[in-house]
Amino acid sequence: MTRAHANIYGWLLALPAMALLAAFTHWPAIRTIYDSFHSTARRNRPSVYVGLDNYQGMIEDPVFWQALVNNFWYAVGTIPASIALALVMALWVNEKLAGRTWLRLAYFTPTVLPMIAVANIWLFFYTPDYGLIDQIRGAFGGRATNWLGDPDTVLACLMVMTVWKEAGFFMIFYLAALQAMPPNLAEAAAIEGCGRWTFFRRVTFPLLMPTTLFVLVNAVIGAFRLVDHVVALTGGGPNNASVLLLVMIYDVAFRYWDIAYAATLTVMLLALLGGLALFQFLVLEKRIHYR
Amino acid sequence: MSEALAPRGLGRALETFAAWTLAVCWIAPLVYCVWTAFHPPEYATRFSLFAPLTLSNFAVAWESAPFARYFLNTFALVTMVLAGQLVLVTLAAYAFARFEFAGREIAFALVLMQLMIMPDVLLVENYLTLAKLGLVDTIVGIALPYFASAFGIFLLRQTFKQLPKELDDAARVEGAGPLRILWKVYVPLARPTYVAFALVSVSYHWNNFLWPLIVTNSVDTRPLTVGLRVFAAIEQGVDWSVITAATLMSCGPLLVAFLLFQRQFIQSFMRAGIR
Repeated sequence: MTRAHANIYGWLLALPAMALLAAFTHWPAIRTIYDSFHSTARRNRPSVYVGLDNYQGMIEDPVFWQALVNNFWYAVGTIPASIALALVMALWVNEKLAGRTWLRLAYFTPTVLPMIAVANIWLFFYTPDYGLIDQIRGAFGGRATNWLGDPDTVLACLMVMTVWKEAGFFMIFYLAALQAMPPNLAEAAAIEGCGRWTFFRRVTFPLLMPTTLFVLVNAVIGAFRLVDHVVALTGGGPNNASVLLLVMIYDVAFRYWDIAYAATLTVMLLALLGGLALFQFLVLEKRIHYR
Repeated sequence: MSEALAPRGLGRALETFAAWTLAVCWIAPLVYCVWTAFHPPEYATRFSLFAPLTLSNFAVAWESAPFARYFLNTFALVTMVLAGQLVLVTLAAYAFARFEFAGREIAFALVLMQLMIMPDVLLVENYLTLAKLGLVDTIVGIALPYFASAFGIFLLRQTFKQLPKELDDAARVEGAGPLRILWKVYVPLARPTYVAFALVSVSYHWNNFLWPLIVTNSVDTRPLTVGLRVFAAIEQGVDWSVITAATLMSCGPLLVAFLLFQRQFIQSFMRAGIR
């Protein structure tokens, strides 16, 4: 095949996908940055260039900081817990324990459910007085608690749901990695008289490092991206106690129709995700050896 | 860990016990949901072996919201997304795997950007684009941003690259053009990857919520997830059993498919996860 042929075929084949990617990923990303430097068009006022005004407004907006802090705690509260659980689940399923097929099924099932269904199921646990948690507490003389209505507990409630839904999903990646591991490693270690814990700490865990980082990056993206349950259950409330960045963007854009401010917030989100991508490509890919 | 270091005796018993305890905890919310949905409301928080089974919760849910329409919408949505994805992803993956066209590396880097910046995050601008195209409140509108899947292109390109190039050459000697080679050689050989991608894609779009919530505002376009949300929001505090029945109904087909083809599902997710 000649060079010209390769060029023509290559581009023609890639073109439909590239065009849609440009239309719904690259263009909107650029457009977001553009909009963040302009005011929102209102009925009698067209959009004008306002420089950094939107960013100024964002920095002075306590809700923005609250969303950022909430998102941080949400990530810290969900990611290590779900990764640790995922690893334990994968190790158990991989060891030929009795009924491992059932174990795997139980761990993985929440992954197949829509987040919105998960929200409905868990809402019942959290409903004050009537909900299951309060029923159990009531039996021991506890008082009714509005778990999702209390700023102190709402974020933790959402985190529990997220860990429940995500851990089984991450387990899959660990399981794939564990199954790809050569069995003679463990045999050699057994001959050397190495204990299980030592083997895990010195061999299995280091070998799983690429998987852990892959899962970690996905989990961080997820912590910013997956907010269905927040929108459905609390809408960021009460009193912004559970507002996350994307929830705030949704609110600003589609409740208040402040496109410029929503774009500014989206730029922040893109910057965070872009930083994560950079971190992944520059730091992790270099330091982790896949041997 | 392989058999050589597997736990034995008491340790093994303890671990099995712990593993099962976690599994029971993990499945409990769903089991509970099933219990509530299939029993009369007065048994929602009372557990008795002799509680009468009933389907009336499902009947009530089915009648109080247009779930049939929602099912149809979700079905149309996942089919449309998958069909569009399969075509675009196949063509692009083939281009990136087998043609050394000018600017390939840059183009591929642009594709990979979508792995980080998914359409889910660009809600506002994508909504404005749809508004300009007049596609707000249409199923095509929900599907459009997802047609060009970077994940799919990446996955399939890997698979295509691993196929021996000699197959190509042999087909070319017989006078087959690139598209024919793609269709006759590459697509059939990449079947497991297609199955994996299809399962992941269908589960993702069956479950997707926020974007459809923004795009749709009528019964005719709402997928199940959004319909369920609207239903549960209206019924708030009324009848718990009916809401759980509706919830179970909305994830029913996917859940049943998962339980039936469990191994296939899990292997697909595994295959899709190894990059």
